[in-house]
Amino acid sequence: MNAADYGFLCRFLKERSGFVLAQEKEYLVQSRLLPVARRNGLSDVANLVQALQTGASAALKTEVIEAMMNNESLFFRDKIPFDRLRDTVLPDLLKRREPVRQIRIWSAAASTGQEPYSVAMMIADRPEFAGWRIDIVATDISNDALEQARGGIYSQFEVQRGLPIQLLMHHFDQIKGEWRIKDRLRNMVQFRQLNLLSNFSALGQFDIVFCRNVLIYFDQPTKIDVLARIRRVTAEDGYLILGAAETMVGLGDTFVPVPDRRALYRPHPRDPAPVVRLVPDDARVA
Amino acid sequence: MKRCLIIDDSSVIRKVARRILEGFAFKVTEAADGRQALDECVKEMPDAILLDWNMPVMDGYEFLRALRAMPGGDKPKVVFCTTENDLAHIARAMHAGADEYIMKPFDKEIVEAKFQEVGLI
Ligand SMILES: C[S@@+](CC[C@H](N)C(=O)[O-])C[C@H]1O[C@@H](n2cnc3c(N)ncnc32)[C@H](O)[C@@H]1O
Repeated sequence: MNAADYGFLCRFLKERSGFVLAQEKEYLVQSRLLPVARRNGLSDVANLVQALQTGASAALKTEVIEAMMNNESLFFRDKIPFDRLRDTVLPDLLKRREPVRQIRIWSAAASTGQEPYSVAMMIADRPEFAGWRIDIVATDISNDALEQARGGIYSQFEVQRGLPIQLLMHHFDQIKGEWRIKDRLRNMVQFRQLNLLSNFSALGQFDIVFCRNVLIYFDQPTKIDVLARIRRVTAEDGYLILGAAETMVGLGDTFVPVPDRRALYRPHPRDPAPVVRLVPDDARVA
Repeated sequence: MKRCLIIDDSSVIRKVARRILEGFAFKVTEAADGRQALDECVKEMPDAILLDWNMPVMDGYEFLRALRAMPGGDKPKVVFCTTENDLAHIARAMHAGADEYIMKPFDKEIVEAKFQEVGLI
């Protein structure tokens, strides 16, 4: 692939998804995009690039972006965040939200559904949530991933890493060697396509936000921007849960770590109420 | 060092499992059927057992029932590891006192996840 085409694809991905391709990933682009080109009747990636440059359909653009995404996920990935959810976050919110009896949870890069379904499994059948309304909103940029998530069907391999056997028995049906999430659990999660680069304030306020293993693909300014906008849809006393290997280091102070609770963050207390200005704005020295 | 008894009639599977478990610092012993395995447990009760279902002499299910009835037989964590991949078998095994269940084929990550799940790693 020539440098100009590669440069174009890097910019294309960055602009539309935030995804920053590392240097010298031509082989990756080539292997992911050649099948897309072929499916669309184009002989190679160079022709695909040309199509993108000369006004390709929205569907083709989406296909290109989705082909470049890493959708890998696991049930109860990293374990610790889910222990935090069970031991710290949910007990705290059960107290704080008692007056409204509602908790809203957002899985902001839900991929093929393992993350929101893991959350749902921690809440389903827990007597303390009887009579509560628990919203689990799961979004991702990738329609392909979301379609799989909605279907809720996983291979034997996928259900064996991270999912305890008791939960598998309890929440899945077995269909011809594959495992399908029971409707009861499926219905607890609403899936929606959403690009984190776009405005998501319409999703409303959340008490818990999972934003895991997606910021790693963005550059610094994009990470900071996305976190700042997540901050705006997170309740003052809500929580942010990052991936086990992710931190806020170098990403500003929109969220602060909960002491001794790795992976768990709280919104930075809002700036104190604006001080009364003694000098009128227009009289300020520039 | 924790001890793990691998019970499987296939020497190939035992070898693969041994390599994985030694990688997690287990001291491994092997048995080719349930009968042999019970003898091993009488000699010294292991901390963990990786257990196949179908074996010629005493199958994994019978072994598990016998083990759990033995003095000290409640101590080892038992992880089934079998091609019996249907819910009915899984339910029977769990009911008989298994702690986790691996559906073959398996790999290192799956063994690691399951052993972590029951607190062995
Ligand atoms: C590696 S998966 C992480 C899945 C899950 N959160 C986890 O930790 O297992 C990353 C996901 O981020 C999604 N993604 C990448 N860029 C995105 C964007 N700009 N907006 C929304 N989702 C995006 C990808 O489609 C992919 O499904």
